[in-house]
This record gives sequence, C-alpha cells and structure tokens, in this order.
Amino acid sequence: MTMPYYASAEQVMRDRSEYARKGISRGRSVAVLTCADGVLLIAENPSSTLHKVGEIYDRIGFAAVGRYSEFESLRVAGVRLADVRGYSYNRRDVTGRVVANAYAQTLGSIFTEQMKPFEVELCVAEVGTTPEADQLYRLTFDGSVVDEPDFVVMGGQAEAVSTHLREHFRPGLPLREALAVGVAALSAVSASTQANGGAHTTLPAEQVEVAVLDRARPKRTFRRITGAALRALLAPAEASAAAPAEATGAAADETEPAAHLPSAPAPGTPPGLGDPAAPDTAGGTSPAHDPAQDTGTAPATDDPQPGAPA
Amino acid sequence: MSEQIAGRSGFTPAYLDRVGSSFTDFLGATAPDLLPGRRPVPAVPMGEMAPHGTTIVAATFDGGVLMGGDRRATMGNLISSRDIEKVYAADSWSVIGIAGAAGIAIEMVRLYQVELEHYEKIEGMTLSLDGKANRLAAMIRGNLGAAMQGLAVVPLFAGYDLDAAEGTSPGRIFSYDVTGGNYEERGYASVGSGSLFARSSLKKTWRPGLSADAATRSLVEALYDAADDDSATGGPDSVRRLYPILYRIDAEGAARLPDAEVAEIAASITADRSAGSANREA
Repeated sequence: MTMPYYASAEQVMRDRSEYARKGISRGRSVAVLTCADGVLLIAENPSSTLHKVGEIYDRIGFAAVGRYSEFESLRVAGVRLADVRGYSYNRRDVTGRVVANAYAQTLGSIFTEQMKPFEVELCVAEVGTTPEADQLYRLTFDGSVVDEPDFVVMGGQAEAVSTHLREHFRPGLPLREALAVGVAALSAVSASTQANGGAHTTLPAEQVEVAVLDRARPKRTFRRITGAALRALLAPAEASAAAPAEATGAAADETEPAAHLPSAPAPGTPPGLGDPAAPDTAGGTSPAHDPAQDTGTAPATDDPQPGAPA
Repeated sequence: MSEQIAGRSGFTPAYLDRVGSSFTDFLGATAPDLLPGRRPVPAVPMGEMAPHGTTIVAATFDGGVLMGGDRRATMGNLISSRDIEKVYAADSWSVIGIAGAAGIAIEMVRLYQVELEHYEKIEGMTLSLDGKANRLAAMIRGNLGAAMQGLAVVPLFAGYDLDAAEGTSPGRIFSYDVTGGNYEERGYASVGSGSLFARSSLKKTWRPGLSADAATRSLVEALYDAADDDSATGGPDSVRRLYPILYRIDAEGAARLPDAEVAEIAASITADRSAGSANREA
C-alpha cells in the first residue's frame, strides 16, 4: 500500500531552487560589463560553436550560464520575439525591457508549474547611446529580474568574480581595459589558471568567448571578437592590465566611491529565491575584500596591497 | 499581439520550440496575418490602382556585382512617385531590387531582410548565396494569387558569393518570374517595364571583366536608355537632383554609391550624348 505523499509548497519551492542552483553553480562563469565603447560580454567557454553569448537584436545582447539546451531555446525565443516585434512595429520599438520581461515570465511560470525548473541564469544587455544609458538585466531561474548597474556576473563562482570586479572595475573604461579586467576576474576563479592548479597565468584566447555591443555602430551593434583580433586585444592587456587598473584605482581614491553597489532582489521576491546574497547567484552583500592583483591571484589572499583603495 | 507574446506565461510554446530557423515559417505558425502572401486578394484586377515600380538593372564586374534602379513609380498613366527607392541591401553581402506592385514589393523586401537576419542570428552563420536566392523564390511563389490580379512582384537579386571557387566571379545575379522561377543570370540582367531597352543597352556596353567604374557607367547608361524609350522609367533628374540608386557589392560588402558620384556619371553621359547630336548636325 502506498502512502499519500504530501509536501508543503514552501518545501517544493525550496527543493526546486536548490536543484536549479546546484545545476548553475557547476558551470563556468560569465561576466557582462559596460565600458566606454559599449557593453562587453565575456564567457569562459572552451567551445567555439556552442555559444554562451549571442545577439538578440540591434542593440540587445544575451549571455547565459547553466544548461545549454535550456538557455539556447530561450535565446531563440528572444530572437523570435524581437524580430516579430521589430517587423510588425519598428526596429526602434524593440527594447531590452520587453525581452527581459518575456524571459522573466517564462522562467517564472516554468519554475512554479513544472517539475524541473530551468537550470539557467540569463543576462539581457542593452547598449545605449551613453554608458549611463546601458541596461543590464539579470534573470534567475525563478523568473526574478534585477536591473544591475555597471556589470553582471553569473555562474558557478559568481560571488568571487564579482568581488574581484568590484575592486578593479571603473565605469567608462576603454574596451581593452574593460576586457582585461573582465578576463582577469574570470581567470581568478577558473580551474584552468595557475592560481587554481591549471596551466595558464590568465585565461588564453581559446578559453574565452568575447562579444561586444558596439556603441558606435549604426544598426546591428553586436559583434564577436574572435581569433587574431581577440589575441591582439588580450596580449598587451596582460602587461598593461595591472598598471592602468592600479593607476585608475589610486586616482579614483578620492573622486569616486565603490563603483558597484550590491543589488537588491526585485520587490516581492520571496526570501531564498533569486536572492543576490545567496552564494551561488550573482550580486552578494559581503564587504569588499582587499584588492587582488590583475595577474590572476585569487581574491582570497589576505595581505592588503599598499596604496590600494580602501 | 503583445498580449499573445508577453502574456501571463511569457513565451507561447511556439517560441520555445527549437525547430526551424526561418522567420517566415515562424510567422506562418504564430501570426500568419503578418505575411504578405497569406492575405485574401480581391477577385478583381487592380493593377491600375496600385503604384508600380519599374526598371532594375544589375551587372557583374571584376570583383563583385552592381545593381541599380530608377526612381519612378507609376499608377496607370500617372507618375505616383519620383523618388521611390527600389534597390535595398538585403544583408551585408546581397542586394535586392524590385519591379512590380510597390506596396507588396516593399513589404516583401522588409520580410526578406528580417528572414536573412533571423537565420543569421539563430544559426550563428549566414545563409549561402544560393540559399538566399531560394528563400526569395519561395516568397515570390507565395504571391502568385496577387500576381494574377495585377499585383505581381518581380525582384532581381544579386550578391557576393563568399564561397566562390577560385577563378570564378564572386558576384552573382539571380532573376525571377512571377511563379517563383529562379534563374541565375550570366553577366547582366534587368527587370521591369524598361528592361527590354536596358538589356539592349547593356548588351552593347557590358563586357566580362569590366572594372567597377566602367560597370557603374554601363548601368547608369542602361537606365538612361530605358528612360529614353519607356514612359514608366525615370531618367536622371538634375532639376530635382534625383539620380538612380546604385549599390555595389564587393569583398568589403554591400554599399550604396553616394548620390554625387552617380550624378557625375549621369552628367557625363548626358554631355557625351549632346556632343554626339551636335556632331551629327554639323
């Protein structure tokens, strides 16, 4: 004889979000940064065909972590939504907010209605005419949507990566420096760098997938940076990354406060669901650690650098 | 429409199906009323009531292909527009020129542009040039009903073949008929009411392996000749400063030639012909 099975709604939701978080935290990280030249999408991704970042529309890009088949079908749905809207109204009427809302509702209903939630975390990025007008929406597996300033980090080690970024990122960096900062942050947690027992000092060009929503382009702003172009952008950055990052960090000491404030969950989000303070989603509320060098040192080292911003 | 897409549950199942990378097929499944070929056509001939675009010419040159169109649209015996644009970039590597019912043709071009971009975004690569030409044929076939009522659309399609074999010309031209027949042309082609005269002109001025500048002149001259003999084709209009629209596609991609450049060529053709007439009189 079988016992009737009962689980409280609270328990079911908790189990589902734990399941989704586990799935997401196994993956490599993705960072989306605003910079002077546009919005930069960087993923640690050894595959050159199974993309983690993609184009949605003229000024809208997409980045994701988690299960490939799930975020790929969401990416395709986003492209379809944008194209149908742009075709039936006008290209200007397609905004990142519309796409982000559709994702939020889809993820939310899948989370509550289906047995297995989607193990994905998405970022919808829209490039504006100025860096202040850039929009970055972070969407979690349960459908909560957060509008983040400056940068979004997702994936397994999001907390460590955003701590690293919070120390080195400045608004309005040129593309090359923003790329150096982003790659250094991803390198700090990557299993393939020396700091974590791998072979490289920072992630090499073959291990990262980079795309930019180029502010200066007239129509379709999305462009992948691959092959020789990426190696050229990354190569001198290795030598110059530490210097400009320190220089701007010192210069900004008195002018600007911390570049990135921790985000808060969307109003009405139940505790525990998409909470940015949770260790395996992005955001986080822990106070800034000492700054680590850009050369791939893990941010967990405890000796403070002399002359670094507090 | 927005309710249907961004309703309470977000994307409808059709959006999340990972099948197909064609925008037209997707619209056919979710919003067929947006497709030009799916609307009922009135059962009376209405060709006289809708503006019609006229002459389009295209020619290959050494390293690419050119396409040009005059600026006139006619409605029966009236000129309905003097500055209509009938040649468009379909994507970075191809252009499309349209003759026939202007309203339907422009809608078709818009759909076609989205179709190519949509495929590119979903698949992460562009369609082959032959693939693009075939998609256009399918769209023309869908318009056959309207074509029978006098609303035919006949495009000319040209592109730069990124996969062209060594030693073959990368610039290729495709022409169509109202039933969707798709024919690759060799060297040059023209469609529209003035196409007979334009083709005769190209026959005399075009040679294989022309330079880009010589081929450009050859095209402008063909449009000049078409305007000379066909009342529905507009010639270069120096009073209103309206000149043919020309696109050049080469290894750099598709680009529209600046008006000033076309104006200069048109002026030189006019000057040459006036000089010819003066010589004959002398």
